[in-house]
Amino acid sequence: MTAASTPAGVGAPGSGKPSGQPGRTAQEERAHRARGGPRQDAERSDRARAEARLGWYLAGPAFVVMLAVTAYPILQAVYESLFRFRLTAPDEREFVGLENYATVLSDRVWWADLGVTAFITLVTVLVELVLGFALALVMHRAVTQLRGLLRTAILVPYGIITVVSAFAWFYAFDINSGFVNSWFSWVPGIDEDLNWFAGQGTSLVVIIASEIWKTTPFISLLLLAGLAQVPTELEEAAEVDGATWWQRLRRVVIPNMKAAIMVAVLFRALDAFRIFDNVFIMTNGANGTEVLSLLAYRTSIGRLEIGLGSAISVLLFVCVIAICFVAIKLFKVDLAGARGEK
Amino acid sequence: MSTLTGRQKAGWAVITVLVLVYALFPVAAIAATSFKRPSELNQGTFLPQSPTTANYEQILVGGAQELFLSALRNSIGISLIATAVAVVLATLAAYAIARLDFPGKRLVLTTALGVSIFPVISIVTPLFNLWRSIGLYDTWLGLIIPYLSLTLPISIWTLAAFFRQIPWELEQAAQVDGATSWQAFRKAIVPLAAPGVFTTALIAFFIAWNDFVYGISLTSTEAARPVPAALAFFTGASQFEEPTGSISAAAVVVTVPVVVLVLLFQRQIVSGLTQGAVKG
Repeated sequence: MTAASTPAGVGAPGSGKPSGQPGRTAQEERAHRARGGPRQDAERSDRARAEARLGWYLAGPAFVVMLAVTAYPILQAVYESLFRFRLTAPDEREFVGLENYATVLSDRVWWADLGVTAFITLVTVLVELVLGFALALVMHRAVTQLRGLLRTAILVPYGIITVVSAFAWFYAFDINSGFVNSWFSWVPGIDEDLNWFAGQGTSLVVIIASEIWKTTPFISLLLLAGLAQVPTELEEAAEVDGATWWQRLRRVVIPNMKAAIMVAVLFRALDAFRIFDNVFIMTNGANGTEVLSLLAYRTSIGRLEIGLGSAISVLLFVCVIAICFVAIKLFKVDLAGARGEK
Repeated sequence: MSTLTGRQKAGWAVITVLVLVYALFPVAAIAATSFKRPSELNQGTFLPQSPTTANYEQILVGGAQELFLSALRNSIGISLIATAVAVVLATLAAYAIARLDFPGKRLVLTTALGVSIFPVISIVTPLFNLWRSIGLYDTWLGLIIPYLSLTLPISIWTLAAFFRQIPWELEQAAQVDGATSWQAFRKAIVPLAAPGVFTTALIAFFIAWNDFVYGISLTSTEAARPVPAALAFFTGASQFEEPTGSISAAAVVVTVPVVVLVLLFQRQIVSGLTQGAVKG
């Protein structure tokens, strides 16, 4: 969604482990100064303190802004989720404890939406992993003259607004304005009268297609960066030993970029779990296509149920944390390792 | 790799065509729709039979002009400001992360990571409520602030990755050669850092430009509503007409700059996205 959001609004994986040239230089400097003897100890700690202060002067504003725009609102949401509160009846605000959570979790809608969201996440991530890996291999192997063209083409979906992608796919499949039905009427199950957006399964096909089209470039770029880290000597050695292309891929390339794959999958899964734009534009949640983000939106912004909406927001946040936790603990997604800092 | 056999050449030609079709077909589809007349929409054809620019006239000089042009103005202004603020803050932070040793460096990067995976919709409800009570609802500032949650984390990551690769010794070398510290910074470091800053700005702008959730939740009128949200509120020329044509035309108008930027800066965008992600 963003965010690609993704975005989509997606940052980069890794840990804050200082490394690279400046870090090393600092370490060398410290070692150098340490050799200077005890007389320089005081000076060193003064300098270290000054450096720490400067570091926080520079990084502090960004840090504070990040907390202010996320941590503060989520705490506010936690607080508001404890009240029965509708904007249409502001005087009836009343503390109800965890009642809102009970209401949400005992509602079939929440579980149905969770199911749809999980399904979309699972399918898009699996398809994107295969498709993105293929695209990454193509970009990695392409001769220089083609590389620019291929990368440019692949970046087009990345840069396009998700809502635009949603409309493009919607109009292509729509029973009135679309051409897909007449183009593919030879496919069993598709004919001129097929209304894709009248049923859950067919709606989800188009929603997922748009999501995959728009976000595969992102995952393929992450995988491309992973491919670049596979030592070429290993691949060449395997080739000399007579390994087939498929064997090299399975035994050499993929194991060597496992960390990059895991990180790419985690990031895309978190992004797909927040899916909103495509569903909003294409079906607005009709016919069993509602996702959790849409439920939160409909409750707070649509029905002005701030208390209930806040509870859903908090639960959604907890889901994202849970996915992260499972990925890091269970699948051992190594954020630091993925950045070549083993 | 320099000499390809005929078969390999053919193979690459097929692959290239497949990738191009994959990447560009949906764009071509909506572009084709944008040149169709209302009467042609249900013909089930891909290309318009008698292309018309009526849809573009409708959004640029016609009835939907007010809706679209104000949204365009909002989107450009809000995204640019959110990008600029994020890049300035991130440049300072990334410089500190790349060059200085200070406790909490890891915390800053981890926070950026956490914010970037944050479910946007989770903070919409509290912001909606808060913005209404303090008067930021439906204003530019009311969108710029939450947009920072999208643009700032990725800017910090990408810039930190770029800055770590800069040979900072050059600065000292220039000073040894007699440059003042300002000259050394301006002549040696700025030219090396500028491409990274530019690339970061580009990526951050794409992300802000793409936003939909904040756009529909925190605005209600043309005062601040950005393009993606406005597209969802388009209406046809008359109330009996579907807005398909004008939405498609508007979609094409906002996609053209993206395609141009991608064409011009493909190399930088790829390096920015992959460096921030993996090399760090």
